[in-house]
Amino acid sequence: MPGIIGRKIGMTSVYNEEGKNMACTLIEAGPCVVTQVKDKESDGYRAVQLAYGERKEKNTPKALKGHFAKAKTTPKSKIVEFRDFREEFEDKVKLGNSISLDDVFVEQDFVDVIGTSKGKGFQGVVKRHGFGGVGQATHGQHNRLRAPGAIGACSFPSRVFKGLKMAGRTGGERVKVINLKVVKIYSDKNLVLVNGPVPGAKNSYVILEK
Amino acid sequence: MSELIKFVEAESKAVKEKLPAFGAGDTINVHYKIKEGNKERVQQFQGTVLQVRNQGSNGETFTVRKISSGIAVERIFPILSPNIEKIDLVRRGRVRRARLFYLRGRKGKAARIKEKL
Repeated sequence: MPGIIGRKIGMTSVYNEEGKNMACTLIEAGPCVVTQVKDKESDGYRAVQLAYGERKEKNTPKALKGHFAKAKTTPKSKIVEFRDFREEFEDKVKLGNSISLDDVFVEQDFVDVIGTSKGKGFQGVVKRHGFGGVGQATHGQHNRLRAPGAIGACSFPSRVFKGLKMAGRTGGERVKVINLKVVKIYSDKNLVLVNGPVPGAKNSYVILEK
Repeated sequence: MSELIKFVEAESKAVKEKLPAFGAGDTINVHYKIKEGNKERVQQFQGTVLQVRNQGSNGETFTVRKISSGIAVERIFPILSPNIEKIDLVRRGRVRRARLFYLRGRKGKAARIKEKL
């Protein structure tokens, strides 16, 4: 799947020709460096490894330093593998080449964006799983408004089933939003506007896939 | 706000500069394009500006209030909307606040606004 790595900048809105206001996310994406090309013979599958974002030399492990040296590039902070990337991009995908936005996307494309959602901490079931809470606030209820209710039966099975939706750590996980329209590409600034929200905080890494 | 977002929003400045500068209390006439089927016509909406919201951003809107055959009508326009053909500044008003919601409770003589000269 062809894609590129980027950084979420923030949100704004633009108007389309019909006068509709579209909420858009601005992403700074690319140029990414090809740090490894995998093929069927040596790795068993076809893929391309891209790297993005600067990283200090002193903060880079020696093993990675060697890996980046092979691609003749400075150390990068985010490395992502894209499978089945190469078919249409055979000429561009060479070790050490840089891949920019224009190589992968055009305006009006639909892209999937992957990011790490904002961490919400320990949350109850209402926020975490969308439970409705326990109904009324009146008729004797006083402290059960956002409670989960029953979590199982009694002497059979005498246990709580695994995977039951309960309170716990929320957010901070990998989330993919699909089919966001590319509204505009500013290729000289490596910026792309996509229609709709994107998971994660500002300045966090996101992956754009076609 | 991020410099890069400002860069994207700078494009809309050109649209805004074509319109006259107005604020709460001013009387304006908005020429708004309306699509009916595949025909397009221009509707005018003249009234007092009650407020301007989210000023300076791409989501900036303004509220216009007018009395149409005895019934008050308020309409919210996005200032960057491509459907706004033009805006005429009819009269500048002298008001002491940015949001004139107090006009909603008044009618006739009490709802007058002094002209700014």
